[in-house]
Amino acid sequence: MTAVLAAESLVPLYVIAGYLALLVGLGLVTAKLFKGTSADYFVVSRSIGPFLLLMSVFGTTMTGFALVGSTGKAYESGIGVYGMLASWSGLVHSMVFFLIGIRLWAIGKRYGYMTQCAYFRDRFDSNAFGYLLFPILVLLLIPYLLVGVIAAGKFLQATTSGMFPESFPMPDVHLPNGKVIPSPLAGGLPPWLGAGVICFIVLFYVFFGGLRGAVWANTMQTIVFMVTGIIAFYTISNKLGGLSAASELVASSEQAAPRLARGDQMGQLQFMSYFFVPLSVGMFPHLFQHWLTAKSAKSFRLTVVAHPIFIAIVWVPCILIGIWAAAHFGIHGKPNTMLGRMVGSLVHDPVLSGLVGAGVLAAIMSSLDSQFMCLGTMFTTDVVTHGKRKDKFTDKQKILISRLFILGIVLTTYLLALYMMSDAKRQESVFDLGVWCFSGFAALFPLVFASVYWRRVTRAGAFACIIVTAIVWSVFFYRDILAVKPEGSEDEALVLGMMPVTFIFLASAVSLVVVSLLTKPLPAETVDKFFIDSSADAGQ
Amino acid sequence: MSGSTSNSAMRYVVWFLVVLMIVLHHDFWFWDDRTLVFGFMPIGLAYHAAYSIAVGVLWLLAVKFAWPSHIEEWADEFETTDSGDAADSERAH
Repeated sequence: MTAVLAAESLVPLYVIAGYLALLVGLGLVTAKLFKGTSADYFVVSRSIGPFLLLMSVFGTTMTGFALVGSTGKAYESGIGVYGMLASWSGLVHSMVFFLIGIRLWAIGKRYGYMTQCAYFRDRFDSNAFGYLLFPILVLLLIPYLLVGVIAAGKFLQATTSGMFPESFPMPDVHLPNGKVIPSPLAGGLPPWLGAGVICFIVLFYVFFGGLRGAVWANTMQTIVFMVTGIIAFYTISNKLGGLSAASELVASSEQAAPRLARGDQMGQLQFMSYFFVPLSVGMFPHLFQHWLTAKSAKSFRLTVVAHPIFIAIVWVPCILIGIWAAAHFGIHGKPNTMLGRMVGSLVHDPVLSGLVGAGVLAAIMSSLDSQFMCLGTMFTTDVVTHGKRKDKFTDKQKILISRLFILGIVLTTYLLALYMMSDAKRQESVFDLGVWCFSGFAALFPLVFASVYWRRVTRAGAFACIIVTAIVWSVFFYRDILAVKPEGSEDEALVLGMMPVTFIFLASAVSLVVVSLLTKPLPAETVDKFFIDSSADAGQ
Repeated sequence: MSGSTSNSAMRYVVWFLVVLMIVLHHDFWFWDDRTLVFGFMPIGLAYHAAYSIAVGVLWLLAVKFAWPSHIEEWADEFETTDSGDAADSERAH
């Protein structure tokens, strides 16, 4: 009997292990399809059609936050979280894909670009600009990577808690009231092991399959996290007595009911200023690389149209689970544990628990793979091979260099994650930093927009934009993260009730425009290369 | 009205609708409303879920009427070596 129970308790782990094994298998398949050229390794020979582009771009933009964080945020702040994060993203992401993505794809295809730095270097006819942009992009991407790796390790530990009590014991927890209880994470896979396994799996399929490995894996991961989210939603609502009963429970709970509206849960200006956050996709270097994989401009059509609808499919169920959790567990729980707790306490199905676990890991990994791949590509093409004679490196050598970089980046990220996880405060700071990285990318949006739509933007204007963004970002970052905050101050550092990114964005845009107008335009022959001369083109 | 003129007009309509959707995002009229639509969906969430679908339809219109159809030929007309150095070499010459 005990043996049966023990075997049953390991079922979620088996489901997750099965899913990870599938990813390894996929890595082997994509490695077989690899054509051996650097263009194939870095941008899949620009051969990706509409469906794979939609799935890979959607998987890349949705992190683990889409499932776990959205549920937790709704548990904490109610339904307004959807409007603030999801519906803005639906509108803005597709707008950026349409206005920026297609143009950068065309420019990338015409001139054979693989990275953002290469494009900006030529657009502003300045090697120095490339050297300035490169470390900024890398530094903004690293915390984003760390958040993914740490979240994966922590999530696996929570999912497997109680499975290996003898191998991975944890000290008891001393509550403020003096009570001592066993750690809820006791017996779970330690984060160093979970994070290590996830890093290894992602490394495996990216190392051998290049960006094709990431595209195929993202497609599978997107399907997995969308389907598991819907299954979890259906099962949880059934267990709560149906959709109406579940929401009525919230309405009748004095504490949870405010979550049915926005009320005082968030400010009107805060809600509005979240518009700027999803503009970050315009400057994500990993998304830039995904755009370059498209077979044709037409491949973007499905992505542009379906992306907002996909966001609704993933987010609406999670938001509802979040507000239901507030009525079910009360409002003082840990937000990020709510999805797992709702599945664990209501469903009692180890297979579904395992599937939800696999879904969350899928969402995390579908961003990690593209980021690892992108950094490998950037180090290879922007640092090692840039400026060298074309025949200095063969395709084989470029791929080898890139693989070594990817290996080095994964190892460095893993070691950094271990260091950060070793201290709770340090770990918290990485998550805060991750949020700030989005602001940094979003504030650089005027740069990419001007580069494709404004002939008059100058080299000095581009430099000013980057420098001013860095300064204003640093000031707000210092104020939010490093400076000692007054007691009782808000968790989210708002400025005049708005997200700080609003002001960083404005400073970035103003400096770009003013300095460009005050300085000498770039030579026409440099600018003309990047503009499509056609009267039908509304962008010019 | 010729096809290209009507397409050009539709292009303006599409971009007007984009601006309208940005404005309509701020549904202050449902800010404090806790009504459950269909018995389970808070009205503020229902509005924004419908908003996401409407955004999908809007981008469908954009793809149909504001698509930069000439961009494809422009991207293909220049031979590249896919090394990222094409523009470099062009500049050098």
